[in-house]
Amino acid sequence: MNKVLHKEQLGEEVFRMRIEAPLIAEERSPGQFVIVQIDTDFGERIPLTIADADPEEGSITIIFQTVGSTTHRLAAIEVGECIENLLGPLGQPTYIENFGKVICVGGGIGVAPMHPIAQGLKKAGNEVKIIMGARNKDLMIMEEDMAKIADELILCTDDGSYGRKALVTEPLKELCETWKPDMVVAIGPPIMMKFCAETTRPYGVYTVVSLNTIMIDGTGMCGGCRVSVGGETKFVCVDGPEFDGHLVDFDNMMLRLGTYKTREAEDHHECHLEMAIQELED
Amino acid sequence: MSHPSKEQLQKEAAEVLSALDITALKPKQRIAIPVQEMPTQDPGVRITNMEEVAIGYSKDQVIAESLRCLQCKNAPCIKGCPVSIDIPGFILKAAEGDFQGSIDIIKESSLLPAICGRVCPQEAQCQLYCTVGKSLKDVEKSVSIGRIERYVADLERESGTIKMPEIAPSTGKKVAIVGSGPAGITVAADVRKAGHDVTIFEAFHKPGGVMVYGIPEFRLPKSIVAKEIDNLKQMGVKVETNFLIGRTRKLMDLMVKDGFDAIFVGSGAGLPKFMKIEGENLIGVFSANEYLTRSNLMKAYDPKNASTPIYNSKTVAVLGGGNVAMDAARTAQRLGAEKVYVVYRRTEKEMPARVEEVGHAKEEGIDFLLLHNPKRIIGDDKGRVTGLELLRYELGEPDDSGRRRPIAIEGSESILDVDTVIVSIGNDSNPLIKQTTESLVTNKWGNIIVDEDCKTSIPGVFAGGDIVLGAATVILAMGQGRTAAESINKMLAEK
Ligand SMILES: Cc1cc2nc3c(=O)[nH]c(=O)nc-3n(C[C@H](O)[C@H](O)[C@H](O)COP(=O)(O)OP(=O)(O)OC[C@H]3O[C@@H](n4cnc5c(N)ncnc54)[C@H](O)[C@@H]3O)c2cc1C
Ligand code: SF4
Ligand code: FES
Repeated sequence: MNKVLHKEQLGEEVFRMRIEAPLIAEERSPGQFVIVQIDTDFGERIPLTIADADPEEGSITIIFQTVGSTTHRLAAIEVGECIENLLGPLGQPTYIENFGKVICVGGGIGVAPMHPIAQGLKKAGNEVKIIMGARNKDLMIMEEDMAKIADELILCTDDGSYGRKALVTEPLKELCETWKPDMVVAIGPPIMMKFCAETTRPYGVYTVVSLNTIMIDGTGMCGGCRVSVGGETKFVCVDGPEFDGHLVDFDNMMLRLGTYKTREAEDHHECHLEMAIQELED
Repeated sequence: MSHPSKEQLQKEAAEVLSALDITALKPKQRIAIPVQEMPTQDPGVRITNMEEVAIGYSKDQVIAESLRCLQCKNAPCIKGCPVSIDIPGFILKAAEGDFQGSIDIIKESSLLPAICGRVCPQEAQCQLYCTVGKSLKDVEKSVSIGRIERYVADLERESGTIKMPEIAPSTGKKVAIVGSGPAGITVAADVRKAGHDVTIFEAFHKPGGVMVYGIPEFRLPKSIVAKEIDNLKQMGVKVETNFLIGRTRKLMDLMVKDGFDAIFVGSGAGLPKFMKIEGENLIGVFSANEYLTRSNLMKAYDPKNASTPIYNSKTVAVLGGGNVAMDAARTAQRLGAEKVYVVYRRTEKEMPARVEEVGHAKEEGIDFLLLHNPKRIIGDDKGRVTGLELLRYELGEPDDSGRRRPIAIEGSESILDVDTVIVSIGNDSNPLIKQTTESLVTNKWGNIIVDEDCKTSIPGVFAGGDIVLGAATVILAMGQGRTAAESINKMLAEK
């Protein structure tokens, strides 16, 4: 049982939550994640990256978008109430050292897991440029937090409602040409990570991506999270979540993410229906 | 053949008993008593539900079966039992109708009789050596030791007469247990009885290990495992779920930071093996661990209530021949698959699964493709499984394990149309604790190496169960748990 200490809505569908979890706060490093389950008997287990931690307060911060039934129910938990099950910190921490010049690319909600990594890289002495992308202005999160870290911050939206009207790969390509980074870290939707990796490939810039696959246990027990990396099968929850983006088979990963699509679409739909009915009743 | 009902079997047993003078039975008469068949749900009905297949003996049946025991002086059955239960002793009490006396004898040696009575491979242990089976030249005609064990254990649990064991006065010493499977549960009970403060750390949100996430409800009701955990809690054992040793806390930090005096590692064999063949990452290929965990622990068989989905399958191939494969195949069928194949590269005789489970699977219509092995998995342009390419095999010379080695027949390829493949070829041990604990010595498969007292290479750290033995059995995990607990209690007494 972990108590919610703070909750805030960052955008239409995006929430930030601070949760009491002293041991996780003490042990975690950037890049690691937790598994959350709302209901012990029937809830599903979903992975969420630890966006921040405060060992003194004994708390961690998660940022999530309400996409399925579990995230919707998570968003409905009020401050002072508890999350039934929280397991972590899971996965390998990000490998952080002074690489020199680093570009961090965060897409949509991927900015949240990017934050501690960018922070760590900056602290280690790197020059850090940050590219943030979102569908529209409302989905652009944590701009201020990132601005504090970035030597240069580039904002892009798909619809041009904020910053540059561009995909993140545009400024990424320009910087590869002109700034010649030593490393790129890209976190966001799979399709974005795939194209970031394709963008940097011709320049031979080492590109780290953080994968968010379907998981159950998060401890290496089920193999449901497996991806193909350089022709080898890897378990994202224990071997990752970060991998060399030039080696990941994104096409297979994206297909696998759709394993239960029909079922989840129904659930999501039902969930929205339920909320609509609730609103009518209220 | 029509399926005998529980009532019919009970009636037959009553008739057998009334025809006997049970106070003066000769060995010949005992052997002549028919083997009491386990009443089961009708196959046609049970494949539509998740409830337990075996219903359990009636009182007359358990007495009739117990009377078949010859009370052999040398008791060869005991030598076949990994925890040396006084088998003729408890069977004698059962035959006399003293069921409490019977369970009391079992509990001197075994901690989880209701579970072991259900899942032990008796035909390869106690019942393999039974004199009755030997003289009838059929191990299936041995005394049904496991079924009698189950009956007396169930009776005690259901009547609520379980006595809490006595707990010695508090010693102030703290013992940490990693994993809540049968090994961990056993250590917890035995160490707690000695008066030590015991905490179990379990990674999952529910305790019980494989008995909860792997073995299905239709073979081992979860309420039985929950009851065992409940008993532990009543004894004062603390259970911390959602706690992954190696991540939430490092193993040695339990001693260094948290002041535990001893640690037992019973973390199981939880790393699924894949075949390393083409197509293994297609949509519709699952490890048995994943498939069973979705259904059992996450309750995906109950889609009205559960949020965890499970794949919608029509035709399923399960690869492997062990208990795990049987469980996966029978689960798939209960979840609505129209056709389920078990693909195994040797013959039925070599299958490591319990004979009873293979029998039940057949009754339920599972199709066994023996002497076949997959070569690759075939998918469509959307990355979904459409088929399995198989090779036929024949048995050659025996290998090191004494089993005849399967050899592929060249050019024997054929294609089986399936939309789901469940890989059930075994588990390796999870490397997490090893990776995060310096100086913990393991073998090349990652199993922790222990001595005969279950001591590891680190003083104060003990291990047992599947993490030591590789994927084994509940009873062997329990047996090692007992040994480890004894060592821990001894070490703490001397400290
Ligand atoms: C589907 C299936 C069917 C089976 N059928 C039979 C059968 O019919 N008969 C039989 O005798 N045996 C059967 N077995 C085997 C039997 O279940 C195991 O041998 C037995 O459960 C091993 O017990 P254990 O205590 O060593 O480990 P487990 O039961 O595996 O328990 C280990 C526990 O430790 C937890 N854990 C792991 N790592 C950590 C960590 N780092 N920190 C905290 N917790 C951790 C796990 O989550 C798990 O709950 C079956 C196994 C499976 C998978
Ligand atoms: S070997 Fe069989 S008949 Fe002999 S004591 Fe054991 S169970 Fe009874
Ligand atoms: S989530 Fe089960 S192995 Fe990774």
